[in-house]
Formats: sequence, structure tokens, C-alpha cells
Amino acid sequence: MTAVLAVLEQRDGALRKVSHEVVTAARRLADGLGGEVHALVLAAGSVRGVDALGGFGADRVTTTTAAAFAKYDAEACARVVAERVKAAGYGAVVLAASAQGRDLAPRVAAKLGVALAADATDVAVEGGAIVATRPVYAGKALLRVKLTARPALLSVRPNVFTPVSRPHPGAQETAAVDVPAGRVVVREIKAAAAGALDVAEASIVISGGRGLREPANFKVLDELAQAFGGKAAVGASRAVVDAGWRPHADQVGQTGKTVSPTLYIAVGISGAIQHLAGMRTSKVIVAINKDKDAPIFKVADYGIVGDLFEIVPKLAEEIKKAVGH
Amino acid sequence: MKIAVCIKRVTDSEARIKIGADGKTLDEAGVKFILNPYDEFAVEEALQRKEKAGAGEVVVVSLGPAAAQETIRTALAMGADRGVLLQVDKIPLDGFEVARALAAELRDGGYDLILFGKMAIDDYNHQVGPMVAELLGLPCVTSVAHLDLGVGKGTAEREVEGGIEVVEFPLPAVLTADKGLNEPRYPALKGIMAAKKKPLDVKPTAIAAGGLEVLAMTPPAERKEGRIVGEGSAAVPELVRLLREEAKVL
Repeated sequence: MTAVLAVLEQRDGALRKVSHEVVTAARRLADGLGGEVHALVLAAGSVRGVDALGGFGADRVTTTTAAAFAKYDAEACARVVAERVKAAGYGAVVLAASAQGRDLAPRVAAKLGVALAADATDVAVEGGAIVATRPVYAGKALLRVKLTARPALLSVRPNVFTPVSRPHPGAQETAAVDVPAGRVVVREIKAAAAGALDVAEASIVISGGRGLREPANFKVLDELAQAFGGKAAVGASRAVVDAGWRPHADQVGQTGKTVSPTLYIAVGISGAIQHLAGMRTSKVIVAINKDKDAPIFKVADYGIVGDLFEIVPKLAEEIKKAVGH
Repeated sequence: MKIAVCIKRVTDSEARIKIGADGKTLDEAGVKFILNPYDEFAVEEALQRKEKAGAGEVVVVSLGPAAAQETIRTALAMGADRGVLLQVDKIPLDGFEVARALAAELRDGGYDLILFGKMAIDDYNHQVGPMVAELLGLPCVTSVAHLDLGVGKGTAEREVEGGIEVVEFPLPAVLTADKGLNEPRYPALKGIMAAKKKPLDVKPTAIAAGGLEVLAMTPPAERKEGRIVGEGSAAVPELVRLLREEAKVL
């Protein structure tokens, strides 16, 4: 009961970036428990990127294949993960708190009859006990919880666990499994605009609020995002989502997404408490606002006071020079 | 169409959070509680489905303290037919215990549809809906932002990173509602008056603490005092220099 299972994600045969973070968190627990990290990828065929997982601390990597795994099949995935955990007797199981992981983890928990510590931002083994830190009230408080059931099931928030180089064998194996397709069938995935990143996963997030004055003006933020060369996503405050200017998928805050990018740039956002709750764990925060007394400046590392329509295009120009795009 | 909606009483999203003297729980003094915003979408969806079908029943079920009766009354004022409160002293953090209690209540209800909000804005658990589905052996679609129901089946859209998944599912099913599914109605005065007379069944419920033991609740790390780099576009070169040389994020 000392090995840790890292349940990874792929889409269309490519491993998703969050999978490195899951292995990193699993490695931390396995080191504390004195066991191995076994990574599990469910896919229709071979998956690009699995050979790199040893570098992040995986001792074994199993690619389990079935036709049902061509697109995300929640019921088939939950069944295979739960059976694997029961058969191997893991001490802990780590998933991503991504759209897929948030759907899958509770099903696995219910099949195993154990608790799920969801959306952890820190994990540790303390005196043999597995402890997770998880934000509650959208980050207005942190809860440290001990997982008393075994296996301990956790999901980790994307972008929080920085993958570190921890060379382990990463021994590869592939095994086909016979699993019936679930009752819920994915008919299609309507892709967002080409190259569009999700605010919850991007390393740079540029969010706009009422200060943008009208929906069309978000193009200045799109241009700034492009200056970062494909690493930035454009987010929005609740006010502009409620006004129908931007889709809910882009909303940062307590009733939207909680984000932890390396760089968060708040443009024309005053900083309501529910917005701050969603972005305060960003590593560096920049605020651009015309009101020098706006609450956003209280959490920002760097602020510029003034007209965003002058500042943001200038910033895009300077960023292009600095990062060479 | 018989629809159950599971709802939760949560702290208001604008509430300031003060930690209690035990260092493990919220100090509830002076805190405003509301119907979980994602559950409002679930209630609204149920009401629209019943209205469209021209017949049926919408039952709201909540697990919570006695004060959650108010939360149920809010849903009844929106138009739900009756309420059930699984009354506990305290909602455990372990969502699986909550799911077990709800599943036991819902199991023999003969529901065509069981709706949840995709998450509660207090504990961020994102888990009770799919756990109930698993316990009841029902198909489940989470984070539904668009829904079409046909005879015995439905189609839903849910947001995933970088796109929208379109899924088909058979009924009965468990669905969890995301923002964008609909525009929840405000209870009208007539509805509020009517809600007072609607049946609300209070069932004292025993619940275990489950597998998550709270060690401590702490405030988030304070961000260190930032600074105003300057005013207007003239400050931009200095900001970029700081991001590169001091913050090292470029």
C-alpha cells in the first residue's frame, strides 16, 4: 500500500501537459510513503509523450488501450481505473482536477467507496498520513485535510504543481483491456478557436472587465495575448460575462474558474472580492486600471494607473520586443 | 416528467470569510447564506422542463442544517413543488458521505432526471452529483451548459479545455448544471407567498464524518505589498523590465 497511481490524461493520442503535474504530485506522495509511482494512461492506441514520464518520477508507465478510450468515456474509464486500483492495492491515487479529472475522480471514488480530496494545491505525507491542502470559499481560506481512508484519492489543481526533473525508470508497458462502452457517448468536440488556451491551464492569463467599455474592445487583450506567442489566454470578470460580452468558460472568480498562472494581467477590473478569490494564487499579478484606489492594486505586484487603451497596445509592443514574437 | 434537484445552502460569494475559534471551521456569525448559484441553474432547468412537458413534479432535496429550510423555500418560491431536507447538524467535507445520504433518499423516487449544480461555491468539491449517479447506477453528464431532451434520451454540451463536448445519454440520468444553461428566474412575490404553503419534509439524518479529517483552516498567504510602477503608457517599459529582471516571468 505504498505505491501511488497517477491517472493521466491524453487527447487524440497526445499526453496533456497536466499529466506531468499529476506525476509530480504522485512522486511527492510516493517519496513520503517509500513506494513507486505507477502512471496509467487510457487511450485507443499509443500515446505521444509517455516516454518522457520517467523523467518526472514515474517508475512504471502503463498505457491501457480499448476502443472505448478514443474519446473520453467516463464510465469505461472509471471502471478500468477502479479495477486497477482494487487489483494492485495502491496507497494513493492522484488525478488532475481538469474538466475530465473533475468528472472522472468522483466516479472512481464512489466505485472504491472512499473520500476524494478534490482540487488540492499541496500534498504531503506527514508521519505516515496523507495530507492535502485545498482552497475553500474560492481561495478565501485554505483547508488542510488528512485522508483517513485507503486508497487516498486526490485530484490536483492544474498549473500548481511545477513539474521537476526526477529521473526514474519509467518502464513502459502497453496492455489492451476489454471494457464495454459507457452509456454516455461523446458525439463530437467542437473545438474553440485555433490555438485558444483555457484560462485554467494557460501560464499567462490576461483578463478584462468593465473598463473595456464594450465587447469589441477585447481585441486589445487578444493582441496582447498574441504578443506572448501562444502562451496566454484571455479571461474575463463576472461583470462582463453576466453582460454577455464574453463566454462563461472565460470567467475568472468564485463562480467561474480559479486560476494560478505564472503571470496574471488584470485590465480594467476593479477587483471585487469574488474575482480576487479566483486569481490571488497567481505567481505575479499586474493590474492596469484608471482608478488608483481600485482594490485590484492591493493584490497586484505591479500596477499602472491610466487609460488601458493607451497602455495595453504599448505593453503588447514592448512584450513582443522582450520575448521576440 | 418527475425531476429531483439537489441543492445546497452556501455562503454568499461576496461574504468575507472569518475562521472560527477552533481554527478548523468557518465563523458563521454575520455571514449571509444563499442558494448555491450553480444549483439555481439546476432548479431553473427543472422548472422549464416541467413547464414544457405540461405535467410532472419538481422535488428539491437538500442535505444541511435546519437553516437550509430557507434555501429550500427559495427554490419552492421559484416554482418547485415540494422539498425534502435531510437534516444534519453539519455538512461533512467528505462529499461521498453526502452522496450516500442523497442516493438513499433518491433511489426509489422514480425520477426521470436528477439535477445538481456542477459544484458548490463553498467547498469546491465538484463531486456529489457524479457520486450519486455512480451509487444509483445512472448515466451522468457533468457541467452541462446546453441541454436538449427527447423521448428517453438527451443531448448535452459540456465545456472541456479548448472546446465543447457534445454528448448523448439515455434517461433517467444525473446531470450537473453549469452557468450558461439558462437564466434563473427571480422568485416573484406570489411565488414567495405560495412557497410558504408548499410541503417541506424534514428528515433527521445521521451522517458520518467520512474519510476527510480537517486539521486546520487558515487564511490564504498574504500577497506582499505591490507597487504602482507609474502612470500611463510611459510606465510600460519599466513594467516590462521588472517582469523580466525582478519577477523573471518573461
